[in-house]
Amino acid sequence: MFNASLKQLSSQLAEKKISSTELTTEFLNRIKKFNPEYNAFITVNEDISLAQAQAADKMLASGQAGPLTGIPIAQKDIFCAKGWLTTCGSKMLSNFISPYDAGVIERFNQAGTVNIGKTNMDEFAMGSSNETSFYGLVKNPWDVAAVPGGSSGGAACAVAARLAPAATGTDTGGSIRQPAALCGISGIKPTYGLVSRYGMIAFASSLDQGGPMAKSAEDLALLLNVMVGFDPRDSTSLQRDVEDYARDLQKPLAGLRIGLPKEYFAEGMSKDVESAIERALDEYRKLGAEMIEVSLPNAALSIPVYYVLAPAEASSNLSRFDGVRYGHRAQSYSDLGDMYRKTRAQGFGAEVKRRILIGTYVLSHGYYDAYYIKAQKLRRLIAQDFTAAYQQCDIIMGPTTPTVAFNLGEKSGDPIQMYLSDIYTSAANLTGLPAMSIPVGFGDKNRPVGLHIIGNYFMEAQMLNVAHQYQQITDWHLQSPV
Amino acid sequence: MQWEIVIGLEVHTQLSTRSKIFSGASTAYGAPPNTQACVIDLALPGVLPVLNKGAVERAIKLGLSVGAKINSPSIFARKNYFYPDLPKGYQISQYELPVVQGGSIQIQVDGVEKNIRLTRAHLEEDAGKSLHEDFHGMSGIDLNRAGTPLLEIVSEPDMRSSAEAVAYAKTLHALVRWIGICDGNMQEGSFRCDANVSVRPRGMEKLGTRCEIKNLNSFRFLEKAIDFEARRQIEILEDGGTIRQETRLYDANKDETRTMRTKEDANDYRYFPDPDLLPLEIPQHWIDRIKHTLPELPQVRRDRYVSEFALSAYDASALTSSRETADYFEATVTQLPAQAKLCANWIMGEISGQLNKEGIEIAACPINPEQLAALLARISDGTISGKAAKTVFESMWNGELDKNVDAIIAAKGLKQISDDSAIEKLVDQVLAANAQQVADYRNGKEKAFNSLIGQIMKATQGKANPAQVNAMLKKKLAE
Repeated sequence: MFNASLKQLSSQLAEKKISSTELTTEFLNRIKKFNPEYNAFITVNEDISLAQAQAADKMLASGQAGPLTGIPIAQKDIFCAKGWLTTCGSKMLSNFISPYDAGVIERFNQAGTVNIGKTNMDEFAMGSSNETSFYGLVKNPWDVAAVPGGSSGGAACAVAARLAPAATGTDTGGSIRQPAALCGISGIKPTYGLVSRYGMIAFASSLDQGGPMAKSAEDLALLLNVMVGFDPRDSTSLQRDVEDYARDLQKPLAGLRIGLPKEYFAEGMSKDVESAIERALDEYRKLGAEMIEVSLPNAALSIPVYYVLAPAEASSNLSRFDGVRYGHRAQSYSDLGDMYRKTRAQGFGAEVKRRILIGTYVLSHGYYDAYYIKAQKLRRLIAQDFTAAYQQCDIIMGPTTPTVAFNLGEKSGDPIQMYLSDIYTSAANLTGLPAMSIPVGFGDKNRPVGLHIIGNYFMEAQMLNVAHQYQQITDWHLQSPV
Repeated sequence: MQWEIVIGLEVHTQLSTRSKIFSGASTAYGAPPNTQACVIDLALPGVLPVLNKGAVERAIKLGLSVGAKINSPSIFARKNYFYPDLPKGYQISQYELPVVQGGSIQIQVDGVEKNIRLTRAHLEEDAGKSLHEDFHGMSGIDLNRAGTPLLEIVSEPDMRSSAEAVAYAKTLHALVRWIGICDGNMQEGSFRCDANVSVRPRGMEKLGTRCEIKNLNSFRFLEKAIDFEARRQIEILEDGGTIRQETRLYDANKDETRTMRTKEDANDYRYFPDPDLLPLEIPQHWIDRIKHTLPELPQVRRDRYVSEFALSAYDASALTSSRETADYFEATVTQLPAQAKLCANWIMGEISGQLNKEGIEIAACPINPEQLAALLARISDGTISGKAAKTVFESMWNGELDKNVDAIIAAKGLKQISDDSAIEKLVDQVLAANAQQVADYRNGKEKAFNSLIGQIMKATQGKANPAQVNAMLKKKLAE
């Protein structure tokens, strides 16, 4: 049952073949059994989960159920959930029980899903390997010597290891897509503004976007139907007509123009990843798609631009963690300044401190124009590259990551190497474009490879269609490490 | 050397919205600590700001009232610094593109008109309050005020004396209340001034180094602080010293300013556009709609009082010092169109004096404009003297006889003797009884005239119409 798709679970619940309580108990048992090894969850709260399952069973019994009612969903620990410890992977929030629900959590609650637990993540979503979490690293279920990716590493691991049918993630520079790729699952970052950021602890506000992580494109569509929607509490939330993201899943792909940016197929991509991607593109050719070479001349600047803008916003966003009102506070201090210094020195890990320092630096008087303003200009140029590319093609494809999952500890001492694992993904955050990753095979050491699909703005339904059609003729997405 | 003082003011006006600028929490003053701070004001993890439309509307009103440009878009920026009463670790303000740009305000000092240019006015949120006295060895934080909407109105360095600065502050204070964007309550901090003061040798174009004085919460402190600061700077310069650019605090108890922080230890606020708030676009039709809701502005009304009622510029200014006063005046003068000056005198004299004495606003005045007009009508038709009117006024103020003017006049026997023959008789009697003084007057002793008037008034217990007595006496003495 733990391998079932959301659609299958949904119909089994509707047909009363299984209750939400049984389903929830099954996944709680799997978490109990496997989480000590994988460390995918920071918090599990059986009482709350089972209470939600019982409530879902009542909804199902009374015929008020929606498509996802009763289905357990793992929530990234970046989403504030009322009554739940919400840590964001940091010691700073190791005692923070949220008094309120994030917009995303509210939408899931309204849909009647069960919160099966809060997943591990890089501290404040800053990392690409889940090794910066205060709550310990997460292992890749395909190979426990490998990282699961990050920052949504716990979510990716939980779905891959079948500890949850689906999960939420957030993506600031690739934090949904990169761990999805490294763990062999599907994940989508929607167009910026579609998923409410209210209650989603901010890393870099202009880049952060929540999205689902699941076993298949079809599951992602059902999850997007819940997650997407206008939220008046988020000024960057978009007010648009409600869409059914599953509406186009069955469309044939004949005539689809797939843009292949030559910059993404150049030096940097490892051979094993390249051959898996080429095989996937062959499948698309079989489906009737046409390959068109496009160019994104400024795409190479994504990483430097990203590592100016994201830390700049983060340095300000993380100022509220000062020990005054909630969260960690140093035990002894001599005065206010000392309290701030000790609290933040103790509460934040090395990577978070590094980014606060970079961000503070680039916003400082005398450096602002050279870094922040210049990066904003380049951000526009990168967006223009994509606009130009979409004149020639319908959708863009490439590798999600340059390599398969690297080993735990392999890059944790080298931030630059770590940052480069987001080389293909961060452009979608800088431009706000929707992007996803789906599993397309295995590379070295039998570790998964992800295909990166970047759509034009608001083309999520088309992207899911493109991914789903591939998943109809292949079975990479059905393979699991357990 | 002759020194010239140069002053620019930054005024923080608290906008009169019911909820905060970026959250739905109440802005009401005086609630128990932290009872009006919601998750957004507390800056819990994950919360986001949403701009209060009412705050923007009030900023637009100010902009339209001072002839400024309304910027669209304008940008909200984060001003980053750490302080316990600043929950997010940054204040949301406006930096490069404020909502209101330019404009000017007309002031009057000693009857001289002057135009003070505005640089800008920008929207921002207030911080909370640190309570250092209430907890032994600790500080309390009250975040009720955090997120209260402020409009910071910045002037150009166009003022040349503390009197001009006070006139500007008072005019602005009246304006923001007039257009209903701020309650102007200075005790509660709804209208706070910072003054930038520098001095330079008269005739020099280059501005001197300025100091910013904070914490000026009354017009009197504003005046005294500027005077002290200008003196301090002049003394330093005359002793051959130089002025250090710094922020200074005014201590009202000692009547002095002292260093709060120097430019060297000023924060680098690392302003950058707030990514949580989109650029603020203000469509022209919204501006037009707000324009229609604006009341007649004080400047316009002042000019109208001069032309329509032939009042002096001074009187017209005084009457337009607040919208309530001006409305009171207009309601009174409608009843007595030919007696505008009399109405003005009484409102600025008796009414305002009594209000001040009792510390109440004109809106709460126990005598309404119709009642005042009834009283003034009895002066102008000669029924009572100006002096007797003050007695009637007092009775009305105290609510006697339902504030009925005629009933009070009758009850107190204040009706004037205005009958010519009666007055002639009185004058004759007094002249007959004071032959010596009559002789003195005729010998050129002017004083004797007043003494004779006094005698007549005494004989009538002050009820004789003074103008008539005066005329009659002159006539008789000339015979």
